[in-house]
Amino acid sequence: MTAETTGEALTATGYIKHHLTNWTYGQFPDGRLGFAHSAAEAKSMGFMAIHVDTMLWSITLGIIFLGLFRMAARKATVDTPGALQNFVEWIVEFIDSSVRGTFTSKNNLVAPLALTIFIWVFLMNFMDLIPVDWLPSLAGWVGSTVFGVDASHVYFKVVPSTDPNATFGMAIAVFFLVLYYSVKNKGVGGFVGELTLQPFSSENKMLQGVFIPINFILEFVSLIAKPISLALRLFGNMYAGEMIFILIAIMYSTGWVFGIFGGFLQLGWAIFHILIITLQAFIFMTLTIVYLEMAHQEH
Amino acid sequence: MNINLTLIGQSITFFFFVWFCLKFVWPPIMGALVDRKKLIADGLAAGEKGKHDLDLAEKRVVTKLKEAKGKAAEIINHAEKRAGEIVDEAKDHAKVEAERIVAGAQSDIEQEVNRAREELRKSVADLAIVGASKILEKEVDAKAHAKMVDNLVAQL
Repeated sequence: MTAETTGEALTATGYIKHHLTNWTYGQFPDGRLGFAHSAAEAKSMGFMAIHVDTMLWSITLGIIFLGLFRMAARKATVDTPGALQNFVEWIVEFIDSSVRGTFTSKNNLVAPLALTIFIWVFLMNFMDLIPVDWLPSLAGWVGSTVFGVDASHVYFKVVPSTDPNATFGMAIAVFFLVLYYSVKNKGVGGFVGELTLQPFSSENKMLQGVFIPINFILEFVSLIAKPISLALRLFGNMYAGEMIFILIAIMYSTGWVFGIFGGFLQLGWAIFHILIITLQAFIFMTLTIVYLEMAHQEH
Repeated sequence: MNINLTLIGQSITFFFFVWFCLKFVWPPIMGALVDRKKLIADGLAAGEKGKHDLDLAEKRVVTKLKEAKGKAAEIINHAEKRAGEIVDEAKDHAKVEAERIVAGAQSDIEQEVNRAREELRKSVADLAIVGASKILEKEVDAKAHAKMVDNLVAQL
Protein backbone atom coordinates (compact mmCIF):
# COMPACT_ATOMS: atom_id res chain seq x y z
CA MET A 1 0.00 0.00 0.00
CA THR A 2 1.32 3.35 -0.91
CA ALA A 3 2.14 5.87 1.71
CA GLU A 4 -0.72 8.20 1.03
CA THR A 5 -0.69 10.97 3.50
CA THR A 6 -3.89 12.85 3.57
CA GLY A 7 -7.59 12.49 3.99
CA GLU A 8 -9.48 9.38 3.07
CA ALA A 9 -6.38 7.40 2.14
CA LEU A 10 -5.46 6.88 5.80
CA THR A 11 -8.24 4.45 6.55
CA ALA A 12 -8.97 1.18 4.86
CA THR A 13 -12.34 2.50 3.73
CA GLY A 14 -10.69 5.59 2.34
CA TYR A 15 -8.12 3.46 0.54
CA ILE A 16 -10.81 1.36 -1.07
CA LYS A 17 -12.88 4.40 -1.98
CA HIS A 18 -9.88 6.07 -3.48
CA HIS A 19 -9.26 3.04 -5.66
CA LEU A 20 -12.84 2.90 -6.79
CA THR A 21 -13.13 6.53 -7.85
CA ASN A 22 -12.54 7.51 -11.44
CA TRP A 23 -10.42 10.36 -12.64
CA THR A 24 -13.32 12.58 -13.65
CA TYR A 25 -13.42 15.66 -15.80
CA GLY A 26 -16.65 17.52 -16.15
CA GLN A 27 -18.94 20.38 -15.36
CA PHE A 28 -19.37 21.36 -11.73
CA PRO A 29 -22.87 22.30 -10.58
CA ASP A 30 -21.84 25.94 -10.75
CA GLY A 31 -21.07 25.56 -14.47
CA ARG A 32 -17.29 25.60 -14.23
CA LEU A 33 -15.28 22.85 -16.02
CA GLY A 34 -12.53 20.94 -14.29
CA PHE A 35 -11.26 17.75 -12.65
CA ALA A 36 -13.13 16.40 -9.66
CA HIS A 37 -11.06 16.38 -6.47
CA SER A 38 -13.20 13.89 -4.61
CA ALA A 39 -15.77 11.21 -5.13
CA ALA A 40 -18.49 13.59 -3.97
CA GLU A 41 -17.43 16.21 -6.49
CA ALA A 42 -17.42 13.62 -9.23
CA LYS A 43 -20.92 12.60 -8.24
CA SER A 44 -22.13 16.18 -8.23
CA MET A 45 -21.15 16.55 -11.88
CA GLY A 46 -23.96 14.24 -12.91
CA PHE A 47 -24.09 13.13 -16.51
CA MET A 48 -21.96 15.96 -17.88
CA ALA A 49 -18.66 14.38 -16.92
CA ILE A 50 -16.20 12.00 -18.41
CA HIS A 51 -13.96 9.40 -16.84
CA VAL A 52 -10.58 10.34 -18.20
CA ASP A 53 -8.85 7.20 -16.92
CA THR A 54 -11.44 4.86 -18.42
CA MET A 55 -11.28 6.60 -21.78
CA LEU A 56 -7.49 6.85 -21.69
CA TRP A 57 -6.91 3.19 -20.92
CA SER A 58 -9.62 1.79 -23.15
CA ILE A 59 -8.40 3.86 -26.09
CA THR A 60 -4.75 3.06 -25.37
CA LEU A 61 -5.53 -0.64 -25.19
CA GLY A 62 -7.65 -0.44 -28.31
CA ILE A 63 -4.80 1.24 -30.15
CA ILE A 64 -2.35 -1.38 -28.92
CA PHE A 65 -4.69 -4.12 -30.13
CA LEU A 66 -5.49 -2.57 -33.48
CA GLY A 67 -1.92 -1.38 -34.04
CA LEU A 68 -0.56 -4.85 -33.46
CA PHE A 69 -3.18 -6.51 -35.61
CA ARG A 70 -2.92 -3.87 -38.32
CA MET A 71 0.83 -4.38 -38.44
CA ALA A 72 0.32 -8.09 -38.90
CA ALA A 73 -2.45 -7.48 -41.45
CA ARG A 74 -0.34 -5.13 -43.54
CA LYS A 75 2.52 -7.59 -43.74
CA ALA A 76 0.25 -10.62 -44.07
CA THR A 77 1.68 -13.00 -46.61
CA VAL A 78 0.39 -16.20 -48.07
CA ASP A 79 3.83 -17.78 -47.67
CA THR A 80 5.38 -18.86 -44.40
CA PRO A 81 4.04 -16.43 -41.77
CA GLY A 82 6.24 -14.74 -39.19
CA ALA A 83 5.79 -14.99 -35.43
CA LEU A 84 3.39 -12.03 -35.18
CA GLN A 85 1.34 -13.14 -38.13
CA ASN A 86 1.18 -16.63 -36.72
CA PHE A 87 -0.10 -15.33 -33.41
CA VAL A 88 -2.63 -13.01 -35.03
CA GLU A 89 -3.80 -15.73 -37.39
CA TRP A 90 -4.24 -18.08 -34.48
CA ILE A 91 -6.59 -15.61 -32.79
CA VAL A 92 -8.38 -14.72 -36.02
CA GLU A 93 -8.97 -18.39 -36.83
CA PHE A 94 -10.24 -19.00 -33.32
CA ILE A 95 -12.70 -16.11 -33.61
CA ASP A 96 -13.67 -17.14 -37.10
CA SER A 97 -14.46 -20.70 -36.03
CA SER A 98 -16.42 -19.40 -33.02
CA VAL A 99 -18.47 -17.14 -35.26
CA ARG A 100 -19.00 -19.86 -37.84
CA GLY A 101 -20.12 -22.23 -35.10
CA THR A 102 -22.81 -19.88 -33.84
CA PHE A 103 -23.67 -17.42 -36.58
CA THR A 104 -25.36 -18.97 -39.60
CA SER A 105 -26.40 -15.94 -41.63
CA LYS A 106 -24.21 -13.91 -43.92
CA ASN A 107 -22.86 -10.76 -42.32
CA ASN A 108 -19.31 -9.52 -42.75
CA LEU A 109 -19.53 -7.33 -39.67
CA VAL A 110 -19.97 -10.05 -37.09
CA ALA A 111 -16.52 -11.64 -37.19
CA PRO A 112 -14.52 -8.39 -36.94
CA LEU A 113 -16.97 -7.26 -34.25
CA ALA A 114 -16.35 -10.45 -32.32
CA LEU A 115 -12.59 -10.07 -32.71
CA THR A 116 -12.69 -6.48 -31.48
CA ILE A 117 -14.83 -7.39 -28.49
CA PHE A 118 -12.75 -10.37 -27.51
CA ILE A 119 -9.33 -8.73 -27.68
CA TRP A 120 -10.38 -5.34 -26.43
CA VAL A 121 -12.32 -6.71 -23.47
CA PHE A 122 -9.51 -9.13 -22.74
CA LEU A 123 -6.95 -6.32 -22.68
CA MET A 124 -9.18 -4.12 -20.53
CA ASN A 125 -9.69 -7.00 -18.11
CA PHE A 126 -5.99 -7.74 -18.23
CA MET A 127 -5.28 -4.40 -16.56
CA ASP A 128 -6.73 -6.05 -13.47
CA LEU A 129 -3.64 -8.25 -13.18
CA ILE A 130 -1.33 -5.28 -12.77
CA PRO A 131 -0.86 -4.81 -9.03
CA VAL A 132 -3.59 -2.41 -7.90
CA ASP A 133 -1.27 0.28 -6.57
CA TRP A 134 1.32 0.57 -9.32
CA LEU A 135 -0.40 2.75 -11.86
CA PRO A 136 -2.47 4.83 -9.37
CA SER A 137 0.70 5.51 -7.37
CA LEU A 138 2.54 6.47 -10.53
CA ALA A 139 -0.33 8.74 -11.48
CA GLY A 140 -0.33 10.25 -7.96
CA TRP A 141 3.42 10.84 -8.16
CA VAL A 142 3.14 12.42 -11.61
CA GLY A 143 0.19 14.50 -10.41
CA SER A 144 1.98 15.81 -7.35
CA THR A 145 5.42 16.41 -8.91
CA VAL A 146 4.49 17.53 -12.42
CA PHE A 147 1.14 19.19 -11.96
CA GLY A 148 1.42 20.07 -8.30
CA VAL A 149 -1.84 18.41 -7.30
CA ASP A 150 -2.36 16.72 -3.97
CA ALA A 151 -1.65 13.02 -4.62
CA SER A 152 -4.73 11.95 -2.66
CA HIS A 153 -6.87 13.88 -5.11
CA VAL A 154 -5.45 12.03 -8.09
CA TYR A 155 -7.80 9.22 -8.96
CA PHE A 156 -6.66 6.64 -11.46
CA LYS A 157 -8.75 3.57 -12.08
CA VAL A 158 -6.81 1.52 -14.58
CA VAL A 159 -9.28 -1.28 -15.35
CA PRO A 160 -11.83 0.15 -17.82
CA SER A 161 -14.09 -2.88 -17.51
CA THR A 162 -14.65 -2.11 -13.80
CA ASP A 163 -16.31 1.09 -14.95
CA PRO A 164 -19.97 0.42 -15.79
CA ASN A 165 -19.76 3.18 -18.40
CA ALA A 166 -17.35 1.06 -20.42
CA THR A 167 -19.29 -2.18 -20.18
CA PHE A 168 -22.66 -0.50 -20.73
CA GLY A 169 -21.17 1.54 -23.55
CA MET A 170 -20.21 -1.62 -25.36
CA ALA A 171 -23.41 -3.44 -24.47
CA ILE A 172 -25.53 -0.56 -25.73
CA ALA A 173 -23.51 -0.45 -28.94
CA VAL A 174 -24.17 -4.18 -29.38
CA PHE A 175 -27.84 -3.61 -28.53
CA PHE A 176 -28.11 -0.99 -31.26
CA LEU A 177 -26.62 -3.42 -33.73
CA VAL A 178 -29.13 -6.05 -32.60
CA LEU A 179 -32.03 -3.61 -33.10
CA TYR A 180 -30.66 -2.47 -36.45
CA TYR A 181 -30.26 -5.98 -37.84
CA SER A 182 -33.59 -7.12 -36.38
CA VAL A 183 -35.39 -4.34 -38.22
CA LYS A 184 -33.25 -4.77 -41.32
CA ASN A 185 -33.84 -8.51 -41.60
CA LYS A 186 -37.40 -8.82 -40.35
CA GLY A 187 -38.79 -5.41 -41.18
CA VAL A 188 -40.45 -3.16 -38.62
CA GLY A 189 -43.58 -5.32 -38.77
CA GLY A 190 -41.66 -8.52 -38.28
CA PHE A 191 -39.76 -7.09 -35.35
CA VAL A 192 -42.86 -5.71 -33.68
CA GLY A 193 -44.60 -9.00 -34.36
CA GLU A 194 -41.77 -10.83 -32.69
CA LEU A 195 -42.25 -8.63 -29.63
CA THR A 196 -46.02 -8.91 -29.43
CA LEU A 197 -47.30 -12.12 -31.05
CA GLN A 198 -45.35 -14.66 -29.02
CA PRO A 199 -45.01 -16.68 -26.87
CA PHE A 200 -48.84 -16.59 -26.52
CA SER A 201 -50.97 -16.56 -29.59
CA SER A 202 -54.54 -17.48 -30.37
CA GLU A 203 -56.87 -17.85 -33.34
CA ASN A 204 -59.47 -15.95 -31.39
CA LYS A 205 -59.07 -12.23 -32.18
CA MET A 206 -60.31 -11.13 -28.75
CA LEU A 207 -57.95 -13.44 -26.94
CA GLN A 208 -55.11 -12.36 -29.20
CA GLY A 209 -55.83 -8.76 -28.27
CA VAL A 210 -55.45 -9.67 -24.61
CA PHE A 211 -52.25 -11.57 -25.31
CA ILE A 212 -50.51 -8.72 -27.12
CA PRO A 213 -49.68 -6.61 -24.05
CA ILE A 214 -48.69 -9.65 -22.05
CA ASN A 215 -46.41 -10.82 -24.85
CA PHE A 216 -44.98 -7.36 -25.21
CA ILE A 217 -44.11 -7.11 -21.53
CA LEU A 218 -42.44 -10.53 -21.58
CA GLU A 219 -40.55 -9.99 -24.82
CA PHE A 220 -39.58 -6.43 -24.03
CA VAL A 221 -38.09 -7.47 -20.72
CA SER A 222 -36.13 -10.25 -22.37
CA LEU A 223 -34.97 -7.84 -25.08
CA ILE A 224 -33.81 -5.23 -22.56
CA ALA A 225 -32.25 -7.94 -20.41
CA LYS A 226 -29.78 -8.70 -23.19
CA PRO A 227 -27.62 -5.56 -23.02
CA ILE A 228 -28.09 -5.21 -19.27
CA SER A 229 -26.99 -8.75 -18.51
CA LEU A 230 -24.16 -8.41 -21.02
CA ALA A 231 -22.84 -5.26 -19.36
CA LEU A 232 -23.50 -6.24 -15.75
CA ARG A 233 -21.92 -9.67 -16.10
CA LEU A 234 -18.63 -8.24 -17.26
CA PHE A 235 -18.77 -5.30 -14.89
CA GLY A 236 -19.70 -7.45 -11.90
CA ASN A 237 -16.97 -9.97 -12.46
CA MET A 238 -14.30 -7.38 -13.01
CA TYR A 239 -15.46 -5.14 -10.19
CA ALA A 240 -15.51 -8.03 -7.73
CA GLY A 241 -12.09 -9.19 -8.90
CA GLU A 242 -10.71 -5.70 -8.53
CA MET A 243 -12.24 -5.40 -5.09
CA ILE A 244 -10.57 -8.60 -3.94
CA PHE A 245 -7.22 -7.35 -5.23
CA ILE A 246 -7.75 -4.12 -3.28
CA LEU A 247 -8.70 -6.04 -0.12
CA ILE A 248 -5.60 -8.21 -0.50
CA ALA A 249 -3.52 -5.07 -0.99
CA ILE A 250 -4.80 -3.72 2.35
CA MET A 251 -3.14 -6.70 4.05
CA TYR A 252 0.28 -5.37 3.04
CA SER A 253 -0.17 -2.48 5.46
CA THR A 254 -1.02 -4.72 8.42
CA GLY A 255 2.41 -6.16 9.21
CA TRP A 256 4.76 -8.48 7.42
CA VAL A 257 3.07 -11.77 8.42
CA PHE A 258 -0.17 -10.70 6.79
CA GLY A 259 1.86 -9.09 4.09
CA ILE A 260 3.48 -12.36 3.04
CA PHE A 261 0.15 -14.15 3.35
CA GLY A 262 -1.38 -11.43 1.22
CA GLY A 263 1.36 -11.89 -1.33
CA PHE A 264 0.43 -15.54 -1.76
CA LEU A 265 -3.24 -14.64 -1.86
CA GLN A 266 -2.63 -12.07 -4.53
CA LEU A 267 -0.63 -14.55 -6.60
CA GLY A 268 -3.35 -17.19 -6.29
CA TRP A 269 -6.14 -14.79 -7.07
CA ALA A 270 -4.20 -13.37 -10.04
CA ILE A 271 -3.69 -16.86 -11.48
CA PHE A 272 -7.36 -17.63 -11.03
CA HIS A 273 -8.20 -14.24 -12.47
CA ILE A 274 -6.37 -15.05 -15.72
CA LEU A 275 -9.11 -17.59 -16.28
CA ILE A 276 -11.85 -15.12 -15.38
CA ILE A 277 -10.65 -12.29 -17.63
CA THR A 278 -10.35 -14.61 -20.62
CA LEU A 279 -13.65 -16.28 -19.89
CA GLN A 280 -15.48 -12.96 -19.47
CA ALA A 281 -14.05 -11.64 -22.74
CA PHE A 282 -15.10 -14.86 -24.45
CA ILE A 283 -18.59 -14.79 -22.93
CA PHE A 284 -19.11 -11.17 -23.98
CA MET A 285 -18.06 -12.08 -27.50
CA THR A 286 -20.12 -15.28 -27.71
CA LEU A 287 -23.27 -13.64 -26.38
CA THR A 288 -22.86 -10.80 -28.85
CA ILE A 289 -22.67 -13.34 -31.67
CA VAL A 290 -25.70 -15.18 -30.29
CA TYR A 291 -27.77 -11.98 -30.00
CA LEU A 292 -26.86 -10.98 -33.54
CA GLU A 293 -27.70 -14.47 -34.75
CA MET A 294 -31.11 -14.12 -33.10
CA ALA A 295 -31.52 -10.76 -34.85
CA HIS A 296 -30.95 -12.54 -38.18
CA GLN A 297 -33.30 -15.45 -37.51
CA GLU A 298 -36.86 -15.46 -38.78
CA HIS A 299 -39.35 -17.02 -36.45
CA MET B 1 -19.51 4.38 -10.47
CA ASN B 2 -21.40 7.30 -11.94
CA ILE B 3 -23.01 6.92 -15.29
CA ASN B 4 -22.02 9.86 -17.44
CA LEU B 5 -20.73 10.92 -20.84
CA THR B 6 -18.12 8.17 -20.66
CA LEU B 7 -20.93 5.82 -21.69
CA ILE B 8 -21.36 7.60 -25.00
CA GLY B 9 -17.62 8.04 -25.40
CA GLN B 10 -17.10 4.34 -24.93
CA SER B 11 -19.82 3.49 -27.43
CA ILE B 12 -18.27 5.78 -30.03
CA THR B 13 -14.80 4.39 -29.33
CA PHE B 14 -16.16 0.89 -29.63
CA PHE B 15 -17.85 1.58 -32.96
CA PHE B 16 -14.69 3.21 -34.26
CA PHE B 17 -12.57 0.21 -33.26
CA VAL B 18 -15.04 -2.20 -34.81
CA TRP B 19 -15.06 -0.16 -38.00
CA PHE B 20 -11.26 -0.09 -38.10
CA CYS B 21 -11.08 -3.81 -37.50
CA LEU B 22 -13.70 -4.47 -40.18
CA LYS B 23 -11.91 -2.24 -42.68
CA PHE B 24 -8.20 -2.71 -42.10
CA VAL B 25 -7.55 -5.74 -39.93
CA TRP B 26 -9.93 -8.54 -40.71
CA PRO B 27 -9.90 -8.63 -44.54
CA PRO B 28 -6.10 -8.83 -45.09
CA ILE B 29 -5.59 -11.49 -42.43
CA MET B 30 -8.58 -13.53 -43.53
CA GLY B 31 -7.50 -13.08 -47.14
CA ALA B 32 -4.03 -14.40 -46.36
CA LEU B 33 -5.56 -17.32 -44.51
CA VAL B 34 -7.96 -18.18 -47.31
CA ASP B 35 -5.25 -17.80 -49.95
CA ARG B 36 -2.88 -20.00 -48.00
CA LYS B 37 -5.58 -22.60 -47.56
CA LYS B 38 -6.11 -22.58 -51.31
CA LEU B 39 -2.38 -22.72 -51.94
CA ILE B 40 -1.98 -25.72 -49.69
CA ALA B 41 -5.00 -27.43 -51.21
CA ASP B 42 -3.62 -26.78 -54.68
CA GLY B 43 -0.22 -28.07 -53.64
CA LEU B 44 -1.75 -31.22 -52.21
CA ALA B 45 -3.86 -31.70 -55.32
CA ALA B 46 -0.79 -31.19 -57.49
CA GLY B 47 1.10 -33.73 -55.38
CA GLU B 48 -1.77 -36.17 -55.70
CA LYS B 49 -1.89 -35.57 -59.42
CA GLY B 50 1.86 -36.04 -59.66
CA LYS B 51 1.57 -39.33 -57.83
CA HIS B 52 -1.25 -40.41 -60.08
CA ASP B 53 0.78 -39.40 -63.12
CA LEU B 54 3.72 -41.35 -61.79
CA ASP B 55 1.52 -44.42 -61.37
CA LEU B 56 0.22 -44.01 -64.89
CA ALA B 57 3.73 -43.50 -66.21
CA GLU B 58 4.92 -46.60 -64.41
CA LYS B 59 2.09 -48.59 -65.89
CA ARG B 60 2.87 -47.16 -69.27
CA VAL B 61 6.51 -48.01 -68.83
CA VAL B 62 5.61 -51.59 -68.03
CA THR B 63 3.42 -51.94 -71.08
CA LYS B 64 5.98 -50.18 -73.24
CA LEU B 65 8.66 -52.47 -71.89
CA LYS B 66 6.56 -55.51 -72.67
CA GLU B 67 5.86 -54.18 -76.12
CA ALA B 68 9.52 -53.43 -76.69
CA LYS B 69 10.47 -56.90 -75.54
CA GLY B 70 7.92 -58.41 -77.91
CA LYS B 71 9.17 -56.26 -80.71
CA ALA B 72 12.76 -57.10 -79.97
CA ALA B 73 11.93 -60.81 -79.97
CA GLU B 74 10.11 -60.36 -83.22
CA ILE B 75 13.01 -58.47 -84.70
CA ILE B 76 15.41 -61.13 -83.55
CA ASN B 77 13.23 -63.82 -85.04
CA HIS B 78 12.98 -61.95 -88.22
CA ALA B 79 16.70 -61.35 -88.28
CA GLU B 80 17.39 -64.99 -87.67
CA LYS B 81 15.08 -65.99 -90.43
CA ARG B 82 16.58 -63.44 -92.71
CA ALA B 83 20.07 -64.55 -91.77
CA GLY B 84 19.11 -68.12 -92.66
CA GLU B 85 17.73 -66.89 -95.89
CA ILE B 86 20.84 -64.90 -96.61
CA VAL B 87 23.02 -67.87 -95.83
CA ASP B 88 20.90 -70.06 -98.08
CA GLU B 89 20.97 -67.46 -100.77
CA ALA B 90 24.72 -67.15 -100.39
CA LYS B 91 25.04 -70.88 -100.58
CA ASP B 92 23.00 -71.03 -103.73
CA HIS B 93 24.89 -68.16 -105.16
CA ALA B 94 28.18 -69.73 -104.27
CA LYS B 95 27.11 -73.00 -105.84
CA VAL B 96 26.12 -71.25 -109.03
CA GLU B 97 29.32 -69.28 -109.01
CA ALA B 98 31.36 -72.37 -108.38
CA GLU B 99 29.61 -74.12 -111.20
CA ARG B 100 30.23 -71.15 -113.42
CA ILE B 101 33.88 -71.06 -112.47
CA VAL B 102 34.20 -74.78 -113.00
CA ALA B 103 32.55 -74.48 -116.40
CA GLY B 104 34.82 -71.61 -117.36
CA ALA B 105 37.84 -73.53 -116.26
CA GLN B 106 36.72 -76.55 -118.22
CA SER B 107 36.23 -74.50 -121.35
CA ASP B 108 39.64 -72.93 -120.83
CA ILE B 109 41.15 -76.34 -120.43
CA GLU B 110 39.41 -77.53 -123.59
CA GLN B 111 40.62 -74.52 -125.47
CA GLU B 112 44.12 -75.07 -124.20
CA VAL B 113 43.94 -78.69 -125.19
CA ASN B 114 42.72 -77.77 -128.66
CA ARG B 115 45.45 -75.27 -129.07
CA ALA B 116 48.03 -77.70 -127.89
CA ARG B 117 46.63 -80.28 -130.28
CA GLU B 118 46.77 -77.75 -133.10
CA GLU B 119 50.35 -76.99 -132.27
CA LEU B 120 51.11 -80.61 -131.94
CA ARG B 121 49.57 -81.20 -135.32
CA LYS B 122 51.73 -78.54 -136.86
CA SER B 123 54.79 -79.93 -135.12
CA VAL B 124 53.92 -83.45 -136.22
CA ALA B 125 53.64 -82.36 -139.85
CA ASP B 126 56.99 -80.66 -139.70
CA LEU B 127 58.49 -83.58 -137.84
CA ALA B 128 57.06 -85.99 -140.40
CA ILE B 129 58.55 -84.06 -143.26
CA VAL B 130 61.87 -83.70 -141.48
CA GLY B 131 61.77 -87.41 -140.60
CA ALA B 132 60.82 -88.42 -144.09
CA SER B 133 63.53 -86.31 -145.67
CA LYS B 134 66.00 -87.80 -143.31
CA ILE B 135 64.82 -91.20 -144.27
CA LEU B 136 64.93 -90.49 -147.92
CA GLU B 137 68.14 -88.63 -147.54
CA LYS B 138 66.78 -86.41 -150.03
CA GLU B 139 65.04 -83.23 -150.08
CA VAL B 140 61.47 -83.95 -150.24
CA ASP B 141 59.53 -81.56 -152.15
CA ALA B 142 57.25 -80.25 -149.57
CA LYS B 143 54.87 -78.92 -152.11
CA ALA B 144 54.73 -82.22 -153.94
CA HIS B 145 53.94 -84.11 -150.87
CA ALA B 146 51.86 -81.52 -149.18
CA LYS B 147 48.72 -83.38 -149.94
CA MET B 148 49.97 -86.55 -148.32
CA VAL B 149 51.27 -84.70 -145.31
CA ASP B 150 47.99 -82.89 -144.84
CA ASN B 151 46.18 -86.16 -144.88
CA LEU B 152 48.53 -87.44 -142.26
CA VAL B 153 48.04 -84.42 -140.13
CA ALA B 154 44.30 -84.70 -140.42
CA GLN B 155 44.55 -88.25 -139.18
CA LEU B 156 46.22 -87.22 -135.98
